[in-house]
Amino acid sequence: MSDNKHPIKKVNIICAKGNIEDIYASLVMGNGAVMEGIEANLFFTFFGLEGIVKKWMKKPHTAVIGNPAMRMPGLGTRMPTLLGVIPGLESMVSGMMRKQMDELDVPPIDEFLDLYTAGGGKVYACKLAMDMFKIKEEELTDHVSGVLTIGEFYEHAGGEGSQIIFT
Amino acid sequence: MATKTYAGETVNVNEEGYFTEPSQWNKEIAKEIAKEEGIDLNDQHFQVLEMLREKNEAGENLSIRGINKSGVVDVKTFYQLFPGAPLKKATKIAGIPKPASCV
Repeated sequence: MSDNKHPIKKVNIICAKGNIEDIYASLVMGNGAVMEGIEANLFFTFFGLEGIVKKWMKKPHTAVIGNPAMRMPGLGTRMPTLLGVIPGLESMVSGMMRKQMDELDVPPIDEFLDLYTAGGGKVYACKLAMDMFKIKEEELTDHVSGVLTIGEFYEHAGGEGSQIIFT
Repeated sequence: MATKTYAGETVNVNEEGYFTEPSQWNKEIAKEIAKEEGIDLNDQHFQVLEMLREKNEAGENLSIRGINKSGVVDVKTFYQLFPGAPLKKATKIAGIPKPASCV
């Protein structure tokens, strides 16, 4: 531990993108904070709403096009961009990724949010993004404690030892 | 290697206070470690500690999800039993290594 005098007491994590890895980065960081006894707020905005809208959160996807780090499963070579246009490929790769995570005991999003909120973590949605995507509050998962404006987000983020993290 | 004395017994621990030899653990020792962490152990705590020790012995990776699925305790109760950093505290009191899990 590098600095015992100024521990992180609270993290406010903004999830603005909706790929599997973006949503899970936020969930792992948020849940990890709660596990360490650190207060945590997760704020989902723009495409990050993918992670908390009931009808979308079951099967998040990753990008097979425009993702130069995407490797061919089993081969390890880069996936040619052209392959990505094959219908169903994105679903297949995303499904493989979700399965791999499940094997490592990384739960699906709704179960992950169960664990996170059971530990006291809070989930919020961005008002502006909901208006943009025409999402109503009842379409959000029950884990969400509220819909916030950016001003309200900053109010929630206040306090000594508090950090804002944009993933 | 560091040692610590709990309930009149000397045990081997690492620099963070986690047991390096789980076999040196007993219930009296657990009560004293728990006191250091500000926890008064009851029967439910011991059920969780025994479950963690069994999982550790079986070579299972300890995770919050695994504890939720154990059937011994749900996550909410787990957080209430070991407030603060539950998995770290519980494994320390259970006399087993600190979990290397991120979930």
